[in-house]
Amino acid sequence: MTHKFGFYNSVLMKTIYYKQIIEAVSSACKKIVTILDREIVAILRSYENSKVLEMMLKNIELAEEENLPICQDTGTVVVFAEVGQQVHIEGGNFEEAIHCGVRDGYQNFRKSIVAEPLFDRVNTNDNTPAIIHTKIVDGDSLRLLIMAKGGGSENKSTIKIFAPTATHSEIEDFVVDWIASVGAAACPPYIIGLGIGGNFEQSAILAKRALVVPLRGVNPLGVYDEMEKSILDKIQKLKIGPQGLGKYPTALGVKILHAPCHIASLPVAINLGCYVHRHCEVVL
Amino acid sequence: MTRDELSKLRAGDFFYYSGEIYLARDVAHSRICKLIEQGKSLPFELQDSVVFYAGPVMNGDKIISCGPTTSARMDKFTGTILEKGAKLLIGKGPRSREVQKSIKENRAVYALALGGCGALYAKSIVSNEIVAYQELGTEAIRKLLVDKMPLWVGIDAKGESIL
Repeated sequence: MTHKFGFYNSVLMKTIYYKQIIEAVSSACKKIVTILDREIVAILRSYENSKVLEMMLKNIELAEEENLPICQDTGTVVVFAEVGQQVHIEGGNFEEAIHCGVRDGYQNFRKSIVAEPLFDRVNTNDNTPAIIHTKIVDGDSLRLLIMAKGGGSENKSTIKIFAPTATHSEIEDFVVDWIASVGAAACPPYIIGLGIGGNFEQSAILAKRALVVPLRGVNPLGVYDEMEKSILDKIQKLKIGPQGLGKYPTALGVKILHAPCHIASLPVAINLGCYVHRHCEVVL
Repeated sequence: MTRDELSKLRAGDFFYYSGEIYLARDVAHSRICKLIEQGKSLPFELQDSVVFYAGPVMNGDKIISCGPTTSARMDKFTGTILEKGAKLLIGKGPRSREVQKSIKENRAVYALALGGCGALYAKSIVSNEIVAYQELGTEAIRKLLVDKMPLWVGIDAKGESIL
C-alpha cells in the first residue's frame, strides 16, 4: 500500500484515507467471523481428546471452508485503535470510518446490537456502533486491534475493587471462584482477560485489552507471569471442560494487564472470552 | 422422538434429534409468557414442542449458522413453557434449581447443543420458516425441520443433571 506523506510545521505526516480504514475494518470483520485465530486452533488441537472437541474443531474447519460464521453470535465489534501522532486522517471522520467498516463487513452476519438498551431495544440492523478505544501514540501508523466479542461470555464478566492490602492469592481465589460459578455457561474453554489496577473503568478496559494479548507469550513482569500460570492451573482443575462436557481444558489462557492505581484501591476486572475468540490486528 | 423416547435418555447421553423444533430466545419467551398470562393464543402450540434457544445468521432465507445461546437467561420463563407441555429444551450451560425441578415434574428433557458450533448445527437444518415476530430479526420465532441434530442430555426426565 502506498501512502501520501506531507509536512505540517516541518513534521512529516502520513495521510491515511477514510476509505482505507473502512476497507480494513470490513475485511477484518469478514475474516475473523469465519476463520478462527490459528493460535486458538492449535491449542484446541493439542487437546483433541473427546467427541466434543472433535465436533468443535469440525465446526471451525467447516466455517473456514464454506465461509460460514463459526458461531451464530457474530458479536459486538470492539476496536483498540492506536493512532500515531504523525497520522493525518483524510476524507471523513475516524470513528465513522470504523462504524462504516463494521456495517459493510457485517452485511451477511448477524446483527446483534440494539440502539437503546432498556426500553425499546430496537435492533440497529447493521451491527453498529462498534465500541472504540482510541489512544494517540508515537509514530506514523494506525494500528487497529479488532475483536468480534460474543454476548454470552461478556455477560459473565465482572469487576471487584479490593482493599489495597489484598494479596495476590486473594485475587487468584476471586478469579477461580468466579469461573467456578460461571461453570459452562459462557462456552468454555475460556480465555480470561484480567485488568489489575487503574481505576473502575480502566481495569475493565485493561481486562478487555488483555484478551488480545498473544496466549503463548510471556508476561514481561515475572510476578504477573507466575500469577497467570497459577490461575490457569487452578482453573483447569475445576474440570468444567469444553462446553461442560469434557474434563480438559477449561481455559486456554489467562492474561493480565496491570496499571498504576490509587493508594486506597486495587481494582480487578475479569473479562471472559469464549473459545471462538475472534480477533486480528491491522496496521495501516 | 416422542416424550416417552426422550424420557428414556439419561443425563450425559449423546443423541441425535430429528424433527420439528422452534427457535425462541429472550424476547420471544417474554412475549409468549405474557400471552399465556393474558390467556391469549400463542404463536405455536407448546404441547409436545421442542424449543431451541438460538438466534441464527441468515443468508437470504437460509440459515448459515445456528448454535445455542445461554439457557439460563430463559430460566425465569421456563417453568411456564414446561407446564404448557414443551417436551425438549435445547440450549447451552446450566439451569436454575427451579428449572431442574420443573423438568422432572413435567417429564421433559433439557439438551445441550455445543456452543460456538453454529456452522455445524446449520448443516442439520433441512428447512425453516418464520412463525412470529419477524420485526425482531434474528430473535424471531422460527419453525425448523432438523435432521440428526447432535445433542447431549444435560438434565434428564428424572431431573438428573450433568451440569
